[in-house]
Order: sequence, then structure tokens, then C-alpha cells
Amino acid sequence: MSSADIYREIILDYYRNPRNYGKIQDPDIAQRDSNPLCGDELEMHLNIKDDKVADVKFTGKGCAISQASASMLTELILGKDFEYVKKLTKEDILDNLGLHDLGPARIKCALLSLKVLKSGLYSYLVDKLHDTASADKIKEESSGLY
Amino acid sequence: MQTSFINIENIRNDFPILKRMVHKNKPLVYFDNAATTQKPIQVIEAISNYYLNYNSNIHRAVHELAEEATLAYEATRDKIAKFINVKNREEIIFVRGTTEAINLVAYAWGRQNINKDDIIVTTEYEHHSNIVPWQLLAKEKGAKLEYIGVDDNGELILDHLDAYLKTGKVKIVAFSQMSNVLGTITNSEEIVKRCKAYGVRVLIDGAQSVPHLKVDLQKLDCDFFAFSAHKMLGPTGVGVLWAKKELLQEMVPFNGGGDMIREVHKYETTWNDLPYKFEAGTPNIADVIGFAAALDYLNNIGMDKVREHEMELTKYALDKLSQIKGIVLYGPKDVAKRGGVISFNLGDIHPHDLATIIDEDGIAIRSGHHCAQVLMERLDVSATSRASFYIYNTKEEVDVFIRSLNRAKELFKL
Ligand SMILES: Cc1ncc(COP(=O)(O)O)c(C=O)c1O
Repeated sequence: MSSADIYREIILDYYRNPRNYGKIQDPDIAQRDSNPLCGDELEMHLNIKDDKVADVKFTGKGCAISQASASMLTELILGKDFEYVKKLTKEDILDNLGLHDLGPARIKCALLSLKVLKSGLYSYLVDKLHDTASADKIKEESSGLY
Repeated sequence: MQTSFINIENIRNDFPILKRMVHKNKPLVYFDNAATTQKPIQVIEAISNYYLNYNSNIHRAVHELAEEATLAYEATRDKIAKFINVKNREEIIFVRGTTEAINLVAYAWGRQNINKDDIIVTTEYEHHSNIVPWQLLAKEKGAKLEYIGVDDNGELILDHLDAYLKTGKVKIVAFSQMSNVLGTITNSEEIVKRCKAYGVRVLIDGAQSVPHLKVDLQKLDCDFFAFSAHKMLGPTGVGVLWAKKELLQEMVPFNGGGDMIREVHKYETTWNDLPYKFEAGTPNIADVIGFAAALDYLNNIGMDKVREHEMELTKYALDKLSQIKGIVLYGPKDVAKRGGVISFNLGDIHPHDLATIIDEDGIAIRSGHHCAQVLMERLDVSATSRASFYIYNTKEEVDVFIRSLNRAKELFKL
């Protein structure tokens, strides 16, 4: 994929004007991760109410791909059913970004946000819902993310 | 095609990889030399010649192949002794690289000599390999790790060193002779002088200096010195720890095993002589032999010429880069104070995005924290882009690089 295709107007816009940037006070889910190779950082906060994503915010530092990906992911899941969020796949994220055929190094940037989200869901399912079966399923499904 | 100092055309012909295209039809512009350099055909052939003609283990067998291999392996040691001007060849220990050399010192010297409340001093512009081993040691011993700060020009603040030395608790000062991010050449002799006045040991990380500057360890008079072959035309997996004989003799071995012993009994072992006491097991014979060809290559050019070429190229690049609107350049402005390493940020383009874009034009640079996160914090950035030069790089390549940076600006609408 050429950089003219990667760095389209929309990606740059989400990079420079990230939607849902910030933190939630006392969130149901708070998850942070970084990419040790490049130092990109990402933290996501979610509130779950009536089995829906009632609120979601993120903060982070990193490249246009990782930051736009995180911001677009928050928009994608806000107001959605919890079940939908549990089932999100890598392809969903890349479709949403309109990014395909990224090299192996840059695909990690695009998927950091999904990795953070899935780890957050895992802890939430285990610690708050005591639903280890669903948690294990998520863990298994996201093992190929990186 | 060349600076006034070396014949680049001839040099480039010795590096087969420089003829390849990347991204289908773009000539490779390799500006990631601070990470690792390319290898000339002479080095590649020296390695394959060993495997083709005299592959054998060294030091023990008496057959002809073993003798040839041992001679070639030991010849590298002599060449290194000359290259960095040390008197005693047995003070040169082969290791895997700078990282292993520093870990060896932190383990084998540090555990015997660092105690609770002692101070270990390093600097804010160190590579992680000159921070983490000391952190581990400090934690284990209850010692303190302190940092010499970096000023806005990218140079060390030596007043900090004086303040630590005055406590009387400093046992070792460890610093790099050239920063792998800022390119700053450390005022090493001055630091050694100040440390000596307090009887403090000095370790110098020469990973970035030995490949680019003439280094004279007798003049420098430090206690430990480390560098890697792969950053100076040599193969990966070979590095050097040099240390003063008295220190090596007192130190405990790092690894136990074959080759490092004199006599092994059931419950007791006596150590082999230097340097073998620190070279346990079968070493990286082929690559040590290949390293000799790299040293020959650099000697043929002359380290003064290498330095002059890089200074001219760096000055050319800095002049051109500073004309780009929105660029932030890190490190000393004066090329006499720096090597051919240029870190920068361009507008709000993240270094990874920048590296991706210019890679399309065939240009290989590094982006990220460069294993120097303490320095990134000091510079208050999460990452930088870094271009670093070597003997085969040209002004024409710098022009390609500048054009590509301007293309990145356009893509990012800057
Ligand atoms: C200043 C400095 N020190 C240490 C190292 C580590 O060298 P190596 O990875 O060869 O052990 C490097 C290279 O990455 C470096 O630039």
C-alpha cells in the first residue's frame, strides 16, 4: 500500500483532531499498552451500561496510523452492544480504517487499539463479570493480533 | 559523487548490497548506519573462505585446519590491539557485542566492587545497554544510579559529574564516547581525568565512536572499553571488551565452561590465563575472522579520512536540513563536536510515518526511541527520526533524502 493511500485526508484528520480523546472518571474498563518496538502508547477507558458501550475515550502518543485507528475505533463502538464489541476482529478494524496490505511493522500500529480494547474486555469479564469462559474466548481470538 | 577525502566510487563497488534496488526500482539509500553498517565483499569473502577452506574449532586440536583457524582468530586480536592502540593483546576479550561487554563488566567487576549506598554514574544520552545492566546491579546491591544531564546543545553537563564525585561514593562512571541519537562526541578525556582524581573507574561505550573516529585507548586511559564489529563493516555477533589487565585478573569469570579453565576437578577449577578466562565455549570463530577484514578495510582508508568524509557529509546534510521549514534538529550544531548521526522531527509527522514514506523512495532511516528512552524523556519527545552516515554515503544521496522529506511534508499537507 503506497503512503499516498495510507495518509489520506481522513487518517490525517483523525490524527490531528482525534475524536473521543481524553479520560473517563472511574471507568468500568481502563486498559493501557505500548508497543515495545516503537514506543507507541495507548490507554482506553470504557463505561458499560445496560450491555452497551455508554462511553469510551482514549489517550495516547504515536504515529498517525495508531492514533487514527484508536480514535476511529472509539467511534465504531460507542453506543454499540457489548456482544458486538466482544466479536470485533482485526479485519473489522482494517476495513474501518480503509487500510489493507500494511507491512508487518505498520500493521501493529493499526491494531494496537484493538489489542488494548481486547485486553480491557478480558480483565472486565474476569474481574467484574466473573465470566472466565467469554474472557478465555477473547484471549484465544486475539492471540494472533500481534 | 565524492567528498574531497575518499574515492567513494571505488568504495561503493566493494559493497554488493548497495547495487540492489528496493521497492522495485529505487536505488537503496542506506542511512541506518548507527544501527548496523553494510559489509564489504572482503568481509563476506573472509567469512566464507573460513567455512570453505579451514573450518575447525580453535585452540585445542593439533591438526592443520585447527592451527590455521587459531592463527586467523588470534590475528584479529592483534589487529584490534593496534586499531585502538592498546599495549597488551590479552586485554582484548571477544564477546557478542557492546551489550554483552557492558553486562560482563557489571556482572564480573560490579558484583565484587559495588556495595550498598555506592553510586554508579551514567548519562542521559546512553543506549539502554549502558543503563539497564547498571540498574540491575544497583538494585541487587542497594546502590544508587545517577545521571549526568544533557544540555540544550546536546552535550553532557560535567558539573553534574563533579557533584557526584564530591560525595566520595562513586565507584564507576559509564558513558558513551558518541551518542547514538544526538551524535555528540563526548569530552571523554576530560571525564576520565576528573574521575582519576577521585580514583573512580571509567567504562566507555565505544559502539558509535570506534567505527567513525580514531580511538587511542592509551591516551584515553579509561578502565573498560566496549564496541561492536557490526557497526564498523564487520559481522554481527562479535564485539570487544577491553579492560586493564589488573582488573581482568581480579575479576571473576562471566561464563563457566570450556576454554576458560586451566584445570577442572570435581569441586574446584582454576582459571585459564587472560583473555581466555573470559572466553568460555566455542567462540564466534568465523565472524571474528571476518572482523579482521573489516579492520583492514578501515585501515586502508584511514580513520582520519573516514572522519573527514563524514564531517563534510554531515555539514552538507545539516545545511540542507536546516532550510526545511518545520524541522527540529537535535544535537550540537558544530560538526566538530558531532559524528554523522542526525536526529530530527519534521512538523507533526510522527517518525514512523516519516520513515514509512521515505522508505518508498528507497531511503532507509531509523525512527523511534533508538534504545534511548531516557534521552527521549529529556528531549520531551516520544521518538525521533535518525539518519546516520558511513564511508559509502554521498551528497547525492543526501539530496534524494531531502527531496523525499519534502514529499512527506506535502503528503502531510505541511
Ligand atoms: C551507543 C551504543 N551502545 C551500545 C549499543 C549496543 O550495541 P550491540 O547491539 O551491538 O550490543 C549500540 C547499538 O545499538 C549503541 O549505539
